[in-house]
Amino acid sequence: MSRPDVLIDAEWVQGHLDHPGLVLVEVDEDTSAYDKGHIRGAVKIDWKKDLQDPVRRDFIGRAEFERLMSERGISNDDTVILYGGNNNWFAAYAYWYFKLYGHDRVKLLDGGRKKWELDSRDLVIDVPARPATSFRAGEQDRSIRAFRDDVVAAIGHLNLVDVRSPDEFAGRLLAPAHLPQEQAQRGGHVPTAKNVPWSKAAEEDGTFKSDDALRALYGDQAGLDFAKDTIAYCRIGERSAHTWFVLHELLDQPNVKNYDGSWTEYGSLVGVPIEVGDAS
Amino acid sequence: MSDASGCGAPAGGVKVTGGVGTQAIVRGHVTSLGTPVLSGYARLLNSDGEFVAEVPLGEDGGFTFYAAPGDWTLRVLAPGGVRVERSVSANTGMITELEVAV
Repeated sequence: MSRPDVLIDAEWVQGHLDHPGLVLVEVDEDTSAYDKGHIRGAVKIDWKKDLQDPVRRDFIGRAEFERLMSERGISNDDTVILYGGNNNWFAAYAYWYFKLYGHDRVKLLDGGRKKWELDSRDLVIDVPARPATSFRAGEQDRSIRAFRDDVVAAIGHLNLVDVRSPDEFAGRLLAPAHLPQEQAQRGGHVPTAKNVPWSKAAEEDGTFKSDDALRALYGDQAGLDFAKDTIAYCRIGERSAHTWFVLHELLDQPNVKNYDGSWTEYGSLVGVPIEVGDAS
Repeated sequence: MSDASGCGAPAGGVKVTGGVGTQAIVRGHVTSLGTPVLSGYARLLNSDGEFVAEVPLGEDGGFTFYAAPGDWTLRVLAPGGVRVERSVSANTGMITELEVAV
């Protein structure tokens, strides 16, 4: 993959809003943003209601994903362009999710909703009517998804990248600072994890830094061994999907997994090792 | 108050409900010529200048952060190249109010 295969800029999207075979999808946790205004023609996906199993902590199944795509009017031949708020966290998560279910015709709008807004580009409230399709998904590609046992086994052996803020990594905060600090789980990080906050991969306007800057960030500065497999995690797996996108899609690292259980699972496990304190 | 299954930042941030408790809250509004700035972002940076959190401004130009105690920088981004910073200290059990004119 090269950058143009996976990332697309706002100017191009602006000029191709009516291009056949392209489907814009806004993905957010708080979909009120979409309801107040979105890029013309975009359909919405609710990160929680649409992509999470309503009972168990897991994803919706293959058949449910097929149903979701079909209802949104997305076909297997369509190229999906994902964007969203929170610097594209949930859009990157959806990108990873689409890949998990085998849909390779997917790209991320560089900078997401934030860049679009800061550029003063138009947003509309009209919701498009797209005819239903018969989308077919693949089995989950487990080569890009890590589970808790993978993380424990990786301690001291593989690259573990904790992409939360330094204060969350150290255990001083249990959630991003825009959320109240009340959680059941313990604070800290997985031993041997490197702390590379997701935000270091992004410019202030939400666009990704250059490939050279990203390679230097994870290699020279953070000390990741690119010859080893990597697992990225955060709190619930969406910020780490942003880092998974950087490592796997932009930097072409072959074996990178996103641990979607992340700290809300790991920090609540009995018997696993935890470290606290700042990165050394 | 928060939902462990979520992580995103709603516009304006999560409202403070009930008491402040042990939170160290930084809250405020962004205005331009006395009018709330509706489209923009508030970013919280730590004392090293590192990004910590960001919220889209709310309908009243508002923002709320649940910081750790200490010194922070608030940076506002808005269309038209607006980029304004303010220093702020957060204290446990307190709400620090900050009004930012751009």
